Amino acid sequence: MTVGLFIPCYVDQFYPQVGIATLELLEKLGCKVHYPFGQTCCGQPMANSGYEHLAHSCNDLFVKNFDGFDYIVCPSGSCTLHIKDHLHATHAQAEASAQSIRRKIYELSEFLTDVLKVQHLQARFPYKVGMHQSCHGQRGLHISQMTELIADGYSKPGQLLNMVEGIELVELDRKDECCGFGGTFCVAEEAVSVKMGKDRVADHLHHNVQYITGVDMSCLMHMEGILKRQKSHVKVVHIAEILNNQQ
Amino acid sequence: MKDGPHNHVDLAEQFNADEARVNWHDETLWWVRQKRDKAAWQVPEWEQLREMASQVKLHTLSNLHDYLVQFEQNAQRNGITVHWAADAEEHNTIVHGILQKHGAKKLVKSKSMLTEECHLNEYLHEQGIDVIDTDLGERIVQLAGEGPSHIVLPCIHWKKEEIGVLFHEHLGTPEGCADPQLLTNAARLDLREKFLTRRVAITGVNFAIAETGELVVCTNEGNADMGAHLADVHIACMGIEKLIPQRKHLGVFLRLLARSATGQPITTYSSHFVKPLPGQELHIVLVDNGRTTQLGREDFRSSLKCIRCGACMNTCPVYRRSGGHSYHNAIAGPIGAILAPNLDMKQYADLPFASTLCGSCSNVCPVKIDIHQQLYKWRQVLTQEGHSPAAKTVAMKGMAAVLSKPGVYRFSGKVGRWFMRVMPWLVNNKLNPWYKQRDMPAPPKQSFGEWYKNREAGKK
Amino acid sequence: MSSRDKILAAVKKNQPPLEALPDTGSLAAIQFGNTVDKFTAVLEGIGGRVLKANTLNEVFAWVRANFTEGHRFITTIEGAADMTVLSGDEAALSLEDLEAAVIRAEFAVAENAAIWVTHASVKIRVLPFICQHLVVVLHPNDILNNMHEAYARIGKDGYGFGVFIAGPSKTADIEQSLVLGAHGPKSMTVFLLPKAQ
Repeated sequence: MTVGLFIPCYVDQFYPQVGIATLELLEKLGCKVHYPFGQTCCGQPMANSGYEHLAHSCNDLFVKNFDGFDYIVCPSGSCTLHIKDHLHATHAQAEASAQSIRRKIYELSEFLTDVLKVQHLQARFPYKVGMHQSCHGQRGLHISQMTELIADGYSKPGQLLNMVEGIELVELDRKDECCGFGGTFCVAEEAVSVKMGKDRVADHLHHNVQYITGVDMSCLMHMEGILKRQKSHVKVVHIAEILNNQQ
Repeated sequence: MKDGPHNHVDLAEQFNADEARVNWHDETLWWVRQKRDKAAWQVPEWEQLREMASQVKLHTLSNLHDYLVQFEQNAQRNGITVHWAADAEEHNTIVHGILQKHGAKKLVKSKSMLTEECHLNEYLHEQGIDVIDTDLGERIVQLAGEGPSHIVLPCIHWKKEEIGVLFHEHLGTPEGCADPQLLTNAARLDLREKFLTRRVAITGVNFAIAETGELVVCTNEGNADMGAHLADVHIACMGIEKLIPQRKHLGVFLRLLARSATGQPITTYSSHFVKPLPGQELHIVLVDNGRTTQLGREDFRSSLKCIRCGACMNTCPVYRRSGGHSYHNAIAGPIGAILAPNLDMKQYADLPFASTLCGSCSNVCPVKIDIHQQLYKWRQVLTQEGHSPAAKTVAMKGMAAVLSKPGVYRFSGKVGRWFMRVMPWLVNNKLNPWYKQRDMPAPPKQSFGEWYKNREAGKK
Repeated sequence: MSSRDKILAAVKKNQPPLEALPDTGSLAAIQFGNTVDKFTAVLEGIGGRVLKANTLNEVFAWVRANFTEGHRFITTIEGAADMTVLSGDEAALSLEDLEAAVIRAEFAVAENAAIWVTHASVKIRVLPFICQHLVVVLHPNDILNNMHEAYARIGKDGYGFGVFIAGPSKTADIEQSLVLGAHGPKSMTVFLLPKAQ
């Protein structure tokens, strides 16, 4: 099977190691992965800001780059959800491709559990880790159960992390509260965004974690910004980096 | 109208100036969310109940015309006088008209968010009529000269010491007294006198039943009943979307309402008014005020399912850290943000953006309103209608231009990172809102794309 | 065109195509093995009290012994010997000095400890709100499981007024501190009276 690798724009530019870890992990698990070099961005920053109508060229570029793969995998719940919910082609003849992409796109952890059905991982991460439940992956893609629903618990990223040797996952006080990044919200509503981020970080610090992980680098980038400003020793690490870690 | 900022961003920033207070406000409301969770877990069929409630409401909205007619017929047959108000002004005029007919200058009012929406208290005050809000939380904010900050917990933003000061001034409680029991007792005595002496009572309506023409009013305090059963005139004010088809549907809604709102299995009182007392007049004012417009909006009409429980506010991480008044609207929080733009897009254009679209609200909503999806859709509508700042449009057009051209994107990324490494002060400064309280991410020498390109080149 | 006509026309124009009304009877709602125990636990959790008695007079004696601030006690239960029976002709305002009222619940609901009364049981609508203390007599077999059963039991009853009452009146408006006795009664006591009294 062929996998088209979709790397979020901010991961491409600021956290290339997450893209590298994702690629290496997928290849280790037997996937034939190709990164279409013409990709840029899913268009979510504009769409969430009310400018969906400006995203059509982004959409067309996405369809052009990702048409034809068996699966498209992305190390971001938020970007994956955006494509799944909002991708359309400008011209009718490409719309079938757009719809096909919406059906074939997966966030990394759900791809591993649901498609590759991974049961074991050769991975080691002997640290105390707090898992941040990024909202769009959780409530949008249902990669883990949300505390709002009266329903059985489950967690696809959790399932994978539990396969990692030496890892100690902590239970937080507020299991799935939003970190406050929210796209352009992070600068448009700076005061509330930072307060939300500080509170999330405080929950992890209260439980003495060494690392904060999650499926979305955007959330982690926002928390990292706060951690660094606080001169904390706690670091952020994307789940791909943990699952790919063998030292 | 107070001076100062009128948009959520600025009001929220003001609210965040006192971090300890934000923590207190946030923790109090999070605790209410947790009480809701605990109560919901006691009902194994909770998710089915939500789905049932959603479908009953959707059906009702799709047959609202006939249900309104049926309700009116049944209510009138039972001796209730039915009035129709197209907008807030007409609602206020109708209420005033009833008061004038009875020569009433004083009345008691129990909680009605509809009357807040219509600014009834201010209107009646201007006509020389004295309205006393009898719900304790509403009485507190009334004495303070404010509006409620939460639809169920009106003075959640007030500390008990501050209430003590207010009551010392207005009710004569001892100075420095901040004990909730003593303060409540003082309000009980003061308001009891009002119930016993005032001849007109206004209440809200939680549910109206088309099948029987009855009204249901839910309170914990008993203030709606103390007012209504001692009055010569009971005026009930209701938005037209509060209708449900049959009495038995109350089984669904009364099981969801209080559990969602406060974590109680039911409010202390769920009063079913069918006929006026002998010698009493019972009026109902059915209010549109933009609801028929919202009904016609395909993407937003399901916001009319709302039963005003406030669960969305309790769970919203933004609401908890910005406070109800930062939404500058009678109804705050996530539901307020999808209802208000329908009435005035210009005034409320900021509200749908006061959110990270986390989706928590939609999943606690007892009637399954897709609130976070409506927030997204309102953003598109408001932008298309021209309620977006010009600078934002310019920035977004710029972003679209860069992101639609891979070569430009890669080049801009490379250049941006170079500047960040070599001249960090360009972004690490006061002009960059990110930098105010967060460090910028470290700019790597190579993007993922560049690394991949090298790897592929190395393979050849 | 009147506002009524305008509104109805707008509703008709804007309402969406008809959606089906779901069958609420298909809901498998919660049942309790022991409704008395559940009712008791919930009522105690919301600040009420459950006691047992064998006769109505036992109830009246308890009431007089326990509510000593005021002097006026009333019941709406017909044929009661040891307490003044409300006729229903009294003026509502005349009840304002009531220390305690003893009424009979038509039935109760275990899941939320609510009792149901209509005008038939209270005779004067303000009675269960205006007294300082509310005392309720309930047959243990009249405790239903949930609200769906409650509305099935109420059916098409043509009451002029009915109310579910769950516990004493309360508020938590001051910093979420629960205070019993907001505007309605400060306490609620339910006596389980097994025989037909």
